[in-house]
Amino acid sequence: MFRNHPTARYILTRGGWYFLTFLVAVTINFFLPRLGPSNPVDIILAKAGGVSDNATRQKEESYLKEFGLAEVDKSGNVLRDAKDAPVRTSAWKQFGNYIFMSLKGDLGTSFMSYPKKVTEIIKTAVPWTIALQLPAILLAWIVGNVLGALAAYRRGIFDKVFFPLALGANSIPFFAFGMLLVYLLGILWPIFPAVGGYDGGLNPSFSLIFFGSVMYHYILPFMSLFIIFTGGQAIGMRSMCIYELGTDYVKYAKWLGISESKVLFYMFRNAMLPQLTGLALSLGVMIGGALITEMIFSYPGIGMAVLSAIQNNDYPLIQGCTLLITVSVLIANFTVDILIGFLDPRVKAGRGVK
Amino acid sequence: MKIFLNLLKSPSFLIGISLFFLTICFAVFFPFFYHIDVRTMGVPMTPPCREHWLGTNHLGIDMISLLVRGLRSSLYVGFLAGIMATIVGTLLGVYAGFKGGWQDEVITLITNIFVVIPQFVVLVLISASMKEGRSLTLIAIIIAFTSWTWSARAVRAQSSSLKSRDHIALARVNGNGTLKIVLYQILPYLLSYVFMVFIIQTASGIISESCISMIGLGPYDTVSLGTILNEAMRNEALSDGAWWAFVPATVLISVIVFAFYVINTSMEGVFNPRLRK
Repeated sequence: MFRNHPTARYILTRGGWYFLTFLVAVTINFFLPRLGPSNPVDIILAKAGGVSDNATRQKEESYLKEFGLAEVDKSGNVLRDAKDAPVRTSAWKQFGNYIFMSLKGDLGTSFMSYPKKVTEIIKTAVPWTIALQLPAILLAWIVGNVLGALAAYRRGIFDKVFFPLALGANSIPFFAFGMLLVYLLGILWPIFPAVGGYDGGLNPSFSLIFFGSVMYHYILPFMSLFIIFTGGQAIGMRSMCIYELGTDYVKYAKWLGISESKVLFYMFRNAMLPQLTGLALSLGVMIGGALITEMIFSYPGIGMAVLSAIQNNDYPLIQGCTLLITVSVLIANFTVDILIGFLDPRVKAGRGVK
Repeated sequence: MKIFLNLLKSPSFLIGISLFFLTICFAVFFPFFYHIDVRTMGVPMTPPCREHWLGTNHLGIDMISLLVRGLRSSLYVGFLAGIMATIVGTLLGVYAGFKGGWQDEVITLITNIFVVIPQFVVLVLISASMKEGRSLTLIAIIIAFTSWTWSARAVRAQSSSLKSRDHIALARVNGNGTLKIVLYQILPYLLSYVFMVFIIQTASGIISESCISMIGLGPYDTVSLGTILNEAMRNEALSDGAWWAFVPATVLISVIVFAFYVINTSMEGVFNPRLRK
């Protein structure tokens, strides 16, 4: 049907792909936490069994009903077997329920801040995470690629200084660099605030003072992500460009006496595509690392939410966050893929890419 | 053999390998010179002094003895995860790349799906459901389980480009089976590449271990570099300025990973003639 529209066909096949991946991700998100010996479902069910105290019993039963873990009769009472233990709903029924609820945008209720909804907690955290990670990743990608191309083209002293630095930045784990930055610039020479997303004495509002405080707290976590990301991107671009430099078209262009900046531009354009694919592949790792950086800076984003959820065994919140992270990584990847579809001449020419 | 001699001429390879051996020596031999047991309790949060060269942690345990133990467990997890992920990934990747057909389709499908789903998410989900009994070996298995797809992808691409070479067709004509061809005709070509994959897998295994330990999902009964950082964070070592509780561990992790990366890039430079000047 789309034989004459290679780009549309490309977008459709990629879309189908990501939908399949999404289904796998949702399934994993549901079943993985239930596999282990100390999974949350068993723990809640065990708690609800054989409770004599009426108040606790009611509280536990409300959990069971809310998470759809036990069979309920018509009048809304939890069914119990001969040993007074609640009758467990089958995993598949729970899974169906989970999908249905997630599609409605209901990710359940948090354990630790009961009766707050998981979606509510996530909603307050998401803007922080997006504001921190999106600019860091995009800017680092651009700056890293420019620096990498320059290092490959110039070689010499610039490369000699730059390459080890980039390699160092690339091989320091996110959290290690973040911790060192907090200690050096937040504690030892307290130039920047070490923790939090804004001054603790302020209430989040749309005032100038609050905004200033947010920007002040933003610098350190942003720098720690930006520097590491830039190093990684620059290394990839450098080796890409060294490869391009050896190709015939560059030699020919140089031989023709085409200006340096023009050759650099051609080279850059050709090396961009693999770099874009590389970005798509490393997005998951980048976002995972950035979440841990958030934890170090106690930045009020999704990373902190995951950390406190793990510390308090708040399984609904853990699952909600992991689902959100997966879906955002998938969307980001899909966007990059679509971009490649528009930029890659092979897709345009209709030969298709594998 | 000559290529390995070339490797020894590369200064960055020498830097990487000596850094690596230095950390190994620290893990293996240091306790012979420095006799402080992990079980002896001193004064909590002592700054570095003559008795405790790198101070003590919040329980009064000597930091150097903790670091030695932590380094050992981190190396153990890294290498175990690296070996498992490389073996599984290489076998499946070579098989898919060489065999083609539906076997290739299935393996490519699985690896493509798992490359997009963030490793961090899978690590958190699995570790969170195993609150008790998370041993170092189990953590290595979990990490390998989430990372073998990377090696499979990389190796598959290489082996499918080898498939159409003449010597493979010749081996076929001589009546060799698939297994024999893979073992004698394909794997030797991929060996240097697989070794580089192994180095990267081990380095990222060490990082993954410290990541999950940092967020409190690490081993329950042993010290690792990640759990040292986790304890330091939980006991406010950062805001108290107790640098000795976390700086040495972060430096150690960075040094090992840096060594692995440098070894990898220098090997790339030697094995891939295009990158030579």
